[in-house]
Amino acid sequence: MPIKTVPTPQLIFEKSYPGRIGCNVPVCDTPEVDLQATLGDLREDLHLPEIGELDLLRHFTNLSHINYGIETGFYPLGSCTMKYNPKINEKTAALPGFANIHPMQPVETIPGALDILIGVQDMLSEITGFDHITLQPLAGAHGEMACLMLIKAYHEARGEGHRHTVFIPDSAHGTNPASAARCGYDVKSIPTDAEGNTDVAALEKALEGEGGKNIAAFMLTNPSTLGLFEPNIEKICQMVHAVGGQVFCDGANMNAMVGTTRPGDHGFDCMHLNLHKTFSTPHGGGGPGCGAIGLQKHLEPFLPVPVIRRNESGVVVADYTRPHSIGRVSAFYGQFLMEVRAYTYLRAYGKEQMAEISRHAVLNANYVRARLKDVLKPAHDRPCMHECILTAEKYKKEHGVRALDISKRLIDYGYHPPTNYFPMIVPECLMIEPTETEAKETLDAFCDAMIAICKEAVETPELLHDAPTTQIVGRLDETKAVKDLDVRWKFADTRQPVTV
Amino acid sequence: MSNVPDGLKYTKSHEWVRLEGDVATIGITDFAQSELGDVVFVELPNVGRVLGAGDSFGSVESVKTVSDVYAPIAGEVVEVNDALGSQSELINTDPFGKGFMIKIKVQNAADVDGLLSAGDYSGLIG
Amino acid sequence: MPYIPHTETDRQEMLATIGAKSIDELFREIPENLRVKGQLNLPPALDEHRLYAHLAELSKKNVNLMDVTCFLGAGIYDRYIPATVGATISRGEFLTAYTPYQPELSQGYLQTIYEFQTMVAEIYGMDIANASMYDGSTSMAEAAILAHGVNGRTKIVVSDAVHPHYRQVLDTYCWSMDLQVDTINHSNGLTSDLSKVDGEAACLVVQYPNFFGGIEDLAAARKAATEAGAMLIVVADPVACALLKPPGHYGADIVVGEGQPMGVAMGLGGPMVGLFACTQDLVRRIPGRIVGRTTDHDGRPGFVMTLRTREQDIRREKATSNICTNEALMALASTIYMEALGKNGLQKVAEGSVRNTQYAISELTKAGGKLAFEGKVFGEFVLELPKDASEVRDALLEKGILAGLPLGSYYPMLKNHLLIAVTEIRTKAEIDRFAAELKAALA
Repeated sequence: MPIKTVPTPQLIFEKSYPGRIGCNVPVCDTPEVDLQATLGDLREDLHLPEIGELDLLRHFTNLSHINYGIETGFYPLGSCTMKYNPKINEKTAALPGFANIHPMQPVETIPGALDILIGVQDMLSEITGFDHITLQPLAGAHGEMACLMLIKAYHEARGEGHRHTVFIPDSAHGTNPASAARCGYDVKSIPTDAEGNTDVAALEKALEGEGGKNIAAFMLTNPSTLGLFEPNIEKICQMVHAVGGQVFCDGANMNAMVGTTRPGDHGFDCMHLNLHKTFSTPHGGGGPGCGAIGLQKHLEPFLPVPVIRRNESGVVVADYTRPHSIGRVSAFYGQFLMEVRAYTYLRAYGKEQMAEISRHAVLNANYVRARLKDVLKPAHDRPCMHECILTAEKYKKEHGVRALDISKRLIDYGYHPPTNYFPMIVPECLMIEPTETEAKETLDAFCDAMIAICKEAVETPELLHDAPTTQIVGRLDETKAVKDLDVRWKFADTRQPVTV
Repeated sequence: MSNVPDGLKYTKSHEWVRLEGDVATIGITDFAQSELGDVVFVELPNVGRVLGAGDSFGSVESVKTVSDVYAPIAGEVVEVNDALGSQSELINTDPFGKGFMIKIKVQNAADVDGLLSAGDYSGLIG
Repeated sequence: MPYIPHTETDRQEMLATIGAKSIDELFREIPENLRVKGQLNLPPALDEHRLYAHLAELSKKNVNLMDVTCFLGAGIYDRYIPATVGATISRGEFLTAYTPYQPELSQGYLQTIYEFQTMVAEIYGMDIANASMYDGSTSMAEAAILAHGVNGRTKIVVSDAVHPHYRQVLDTYCWSMDLQVDTINHSNGLTSDLSKVDGEAACLVVQYPNFFGGIEDLAAARKAATEAGAMLIVVADPVACALLKPPGHYGADIVVGEGQPMGVAMGLGGPMVGLFACTQDLVRRIPGRIVGRTTDHDGRPGFVMTLRTREQDIRREKATSNICTNEALMALASTIYMEALGKNGLQKVAEGSVRNTQYAISELTKAGGKLAFEGKVFGEFVLELPKDASEVRDALLEKGILAGLPLGSYYPMLKNHLLIAVTEIRTKAEIDRFAAELKAALA
């Protein structure tokens, strides 16, 4: 393994030298003013770094060298859909007619932007099978929350505002219950059966009597977080509808379905999408996310404003006259420049190739599953969808090696680790989502590394416990990070951080 | 093996109770602290809060998990262990002593009879 | 398709390893009736050349602000973005990275976030800041919900001199959580009647400078909030805070804002970057991500995401927020901006805005407009016109000047009023031309 010998980078504050500047600030040619007299109380000091332009650039370039991205290497991170983010998307999003438009300039001056928005809406509506799409939510969790708000408004409009419970499978992302709480809902957990499906008998019982009267919604991820398609999905939707509840689809796993099956046809009332997963907008190191939502007709009156739609004459308009709307969920038109990227991506695939996304995502996941099944046991004996869930329980029991250790050792082999310890119902879980954009050779090399690591787990487990050893830092002391909390540099005492 | 001192009462949710007169001292068990790992933060109630049996009165956090802590029996909070504010690690190092969480004035001392004995609890975590 | 590298040979070999005859077989668990038959009804695929040409054509339909002179602000500002910003955020190691949950592979990004947190806290005069929120509006709503969580009160008092869109987002969030929003009417462009800040108020929310550009009296706001036992939340423009005494120095509990003016493209308002800073004692209640500094087992310094138990993936329905992202890439853009400009540059930008604004006030009032409010302003002001502001705006747009925001649709009383922003990139000549064209339009 090549050992990186990069020295610990300095903070920009340590490189600062009074009098330097890293940007040619626009020259002001209007008369000088007395700032105190014009503004009133002024601040006494402002501690920002002072650094020349080249050194500034080197600062960030060197930091980029100690950061991993999709363009650096394979990113088998389950549930995150780390696919290639095409470069043409960046080029189109940078077009001045998109990048330099102001959200409050007259809507008549942005017809091209509205074309993008309605274009994405139309294509997503067709792909997901939902009657309406809104691009207002700013991220996946925000989309989930917006869906629950629509459901809440729907129940209230029907005089059923008393419904206060949201059902959530025990395998769900933590975002689901957190979003439910944000909408004032109580959460009830629904178990998963031995095959990895929603426990329909348990659901039936939970929907009896008061349970059925009080359910606002069932939030279901399909394919589930176990990477499995929910075969009883139609029945589940019917059961919830029968007692007056709504069914929300968590669209985290849409990549398994693009062009192959449509959640809108499954019986769902609404869903959220992560355009930064399925539709290739870059993750950007943890954001911007981009969260479209789809919904059926009965939820349409409650859509957040503005609603981008065609008027009677076919002209695209931003509609604010929506008496039943839940209101605004974000300040402007959503993550517009991300929508430009998604639009570019969707038009690159087109109708001819759209289904190849899910087909190859599922092929790749099953291939990894097949190649690794002898060393890491799949959690379920069924074909997986776009990701496979494996358990390292055997290595924990027999060799004291945990899923985390395997993940950290992968770093030494040059790969980003898979998701581990999620879903929580699978012990020592490793969740691998290769996505469709990885070549067979990449998957083979990755699987070879995993097999080699599993061998090391038996023969030299200390290699895994000590991993990674090839990076600028090893495993970090997270207890110390919390107990001696240091979340900002303290300028007054130049070399000392603030201890909160 | 986890330490399970005799003479204390226990709950299935891993709290312990030491009753002295009508005041009960409550904390989490050695087993619980070892499962959590390094405790980094402890949330405690205000003195004067009246707790019902089974009410959550606070939480114990490690780096990656957080667990609610429940009142084994009913009573009014008369003292909280302020030392945990700056030394949460006391829960790891001395769970049955300096790492106690609260003291409550119990409503009915006989309530403790319904809790687990050291033997029962040892069997549970076996 | 270049994004999917598989050849037919690859597919056959992979299927053989899997033990399946076809890719279709892998989808056998999806009920037959739920499968898409044939192609979806979508437009045909475009090759890269035609794709770019198509998008370029769509983009040209928009009036872009490089082609007109922009005096529109209202929370999103046309400021200069240094070339270093675009060069850096387009690097694949940043652009295509996931959330830095694996710190050993993410030290670069984590360090930039630590620097970001430091500078946001510094600019706002606060103890700490998080790794950013979606945008200014949601940041403000999260702050109000935090205040409710701290003191249990359910009334959110907000000035109507806070950005109307932000207040609409606040309304939506508060409706869903059963909180009440009580709005203070401004008087003469400032928030002076603080009588609604009473013992039932969870917080008072004001903007600094406010939506009209006016510099609010934060000392009075702090006093009213303290007397009522409520928290003070300030929505602040970070660029203005380079010169103004920052909200933290007035004792604000939470300061939020939109980071867009610092290095982020306007992009029709998305993606933006929400700033969120607060006092030390609120650190465990802060929504979103926070990066902290620690050491590895060999004592080498490094960064991790910390205080993770606040977040949704661990605490689920008891999390401080449902947010699971920050606007990392936009926060990175802002980080580069703040570091490129530094102390001297950011103050120069702020001063340029002030000078240009003062000059515009003097010229536009000579041209027939009247300053609507008397108070001090930073980089934006309300001009009262003798006729409907929308008509004037449209007439000036014909002349290549985006004159500002007509306020009538937000404030019915202000139908003839135009909200005008003058940033550091405007020139004397542009302002003079604006004044001349305004005079002509009013004639």
